[in-house]
Amino acid sequence: MKEEIDVLEQTVASDYKYGFVTDIDTDVVPKGLSAEVIRIISTKKNEPEWMLNWRLKAYHHWLTMEEPEWANVHYPPINFQDIIYYAAPKKKNKLNNLDEVDPELLKTFDKLGISLNEQKRLTGVAVDVVMDSVSVATSFKKQLSEIGVIFCSMSEAIQDHPDLVKKYLGSVVPMTDNYFAALNAAVFTDGSFCFIPKGVRCPMELSTYFRINTEGAGQFERTLIVAEDEAYVSYLEGCTAPMRDENQLHAAVVELVAHTKSEIKYSTVQNWYPGDENGKGGVYNFVTKRGICQGDHSKISWTQVETGSAITWKYPSVILKGDNSIGEFYSVALTNNKQQADTGTKMLHIGKNTRSRIVSKGISAGRSQNSYRGLVRAGKNALNARNYSQCDSLLLGDKCGAHTFPYIESKNKTAVIEHEATTSKIGEDQLFYCRQRGIDAETAVALIVTGFAKEVMNQLPMEFAVEAQKLLAISLEGSVG
Amino acid sequence: MLSIKNIHASVEGKQILNGINLEVKAGEVHAIMGPNGSGKSTLASILAGREDYEVTEGSVFFEGNDMLELSPEDRAREGLFLAFQYPVEIPGVSTTNFIKTALNEKRKYNGQEPLDAVSFLKMMKQKMQLVEIDKSLLTRSINEGFSGGEKKRNEIFQMAMLEPKLAILDETDSGLDIDALRIVANGVNKLRNENRAIIVITHYQRLLDYLQPDFVHVLVNGRIVRSGTKELALELEEKGYDFLKDELSLAEAL
Repeated sequence: MKEEIDVLEQTVASDYKYGFVTDIDTDVVPKGLSAEVIRIISTKKNEPEWMLNWRLKAYHHWLTMEEPEWANVHYPPINFQDIIYYAAPKKKNKLNNLDEVDPELLKTFDKLGISLNEQKRLTGVAVDVVMDSVSVATSFKKQLSEIGVIFCSMSEAIQDHPDLVKKYLGSVVPMTDNYFAALNAAVFTDGSFCFIPKGVRCPMELSTYFRINTEGAGQFERTLIVAEDEAYVSYLEGCTAPMRDENQLHAAVVELVAHTKSEIKYSTVQNWYPGDENGKGGVYNFVTKRGICQGDHSKISWTQVETGSAITWKYPSVILKGDNSIGEFYSVALTNNKQQADTGTKMLHIGKNTRSRIVSKGISAGRSQNSYRGLVRAGKNALNARNYSQCDSLLLGDKCGAHTFPYIESKNKTAVIEHEATTSKIGEDQLFYCRQRGIDAETAVALIVTGFAKEVMNQLPMEFAVEAQKLLAISLEGSVG
Repeated sequence: MLSIKNIHASVEGKQILNGINLEVKAGEVHAIMGPNGSGKSTLASILAGREDYEVTEGSVFFEGNDMLELSPEDRAREGLFLAFQYPVEIPGVSTTNFIKTALNEKRKYNGQEPLDAVSFLKMMKQKMQLVEIDKSLLTRSINEGFSGGEKKRNEIFQMAMLEPKLAILDETDSGLDIDALRIVANGVNKLRNENRAIIVITHYQRLLDYLQPDFVHVLVNGRIVRSGTKELALELEEKGYDFLKDELSLAEAL
């Protein structure tokens, strides 16, 4: 038994593979937050007056708010004056195509396995790349625009599609929603914007890759995806950061709007730097993600594989407003060393015959703490609302923790809400069974964990599933041996 | 092939095996019988390398290697197979994927390339017939929701796939009805050959009716008290273990 635990501990001690820093000329606004800093950011981005006013309003509201403390995570107070709110790789002029991207940047993303060269890319994925505060490149833009799909950085959207941005920005996550959402609204610097017009099935996966590079910089991106009637889009998000001793703040907002009979599938593979094995450094990932099924028969599906960040605080949610709409949440959250994750979802049933499904798989190793927190609410008009939730936790070793906090509120008698939860340990018996067949403990743990997470992994688009599976194995590397 | 000399072993400080000696040659089938608590399964666990058991004295050599020095996975890769009395469930891992992983780990250890998908499937198909295992079982999570008979058949199927030099069947007959027993026994018989040794651990005679072992050993109180041919098993069946125990206590009294 003792040896088995040692074996698990060794597997858990792995190296973060994306911890390098790119040496590139960066345009930085000095540390600290004030109305002045927000004005500078807005000016740098050449924003219209309405955008600046929106930011300032959010900022003033944020000043009145208190940092939330209800999550099952612990960290020293954040000094918001000690964060850089704007850092952008310097560029000479506006890019016309990808060939003009700084080679140093291209190298960075090649190293991360993200080729920006369209010819080299796997077909069927368009990428927007965000480094620190700005989007540096978006691929396949032209091909997409031919069928009416808008896929660009948020900064460009504000310039080129102000009406759409004005209409939808903050419509799902209001600037006053919560502490970090308000902060984001005040200082967000970039992100992706996707608009799928009526009746269009987006022919390729849209993808954004987020990278924090500059020391002391926070990343505050904002993503907005709108699917008009009968439109379909599958969107992927990936993220990494260099290894640093101090904690970096990532406070993003994602808003999804699904109109009648449309479908948005949003997948995340989150691999921010988790800190070292003693819990030093790492990204604080405080994110608000929410989608609204605005129209009847619309569908929003969140899939997330969370392996990174020192602290994760995130609850991708769906507001099921349209009748017969569907919300889904599939999550694998793996915590190791001293990582803390408090993650889950909210399914808010408002329309009739709305359905939601929650599948959460938490894997805890090392000395980490992994919590599922989920709210299912059926409103008084949500006749025949149905929810099924399944929360499984897998423990590796005896120093980690798994917690489940389900909240269920039903205001009508026709709603049916089911919740199932299990907690299991990778058993000595399972390991021995594998080893007797010639599978060493480390491979066995990866096999068992992959099996445990399979139901969620199956939801990921193909290209991502392979990457995510590797990520799970890497994140556990050294915990057995 | 296997040489066990004077093995003493304990679990959680309790002495279970008190000096076991056993020589097994290629092509032989040995049956180890004995009453409950006599140490049969402990012997199987020690050979496979389960860590809760401590060998306090003695040696085990397998094909000339000091087996007690090898990790469980290396023993397996060297050609030792244990058919578990209670096969373990691994949710989400299909039987096919499990066996493929095991097979390729073994091949890697022996300096061979991993088997490509086509050859693997071909091999599976061939071995499936041998143990009369249903295809649908192989796509399901390993052992999850399998009946007792399915689990045991799956163990024998894995044995067929991994082609061990030495297979230990730990109470493979327990919990099987007569039809399942026959199918499992037929499978094992088909896997017998001159290069492979098999140790069958069992409580009852009935599996031995099918397998016809070359040697039968009786284990009582952690020691082999009697060895013989398959007739010994019949005698045990007839008289029960008590007569041996009586003999033994008589011997000890002297």
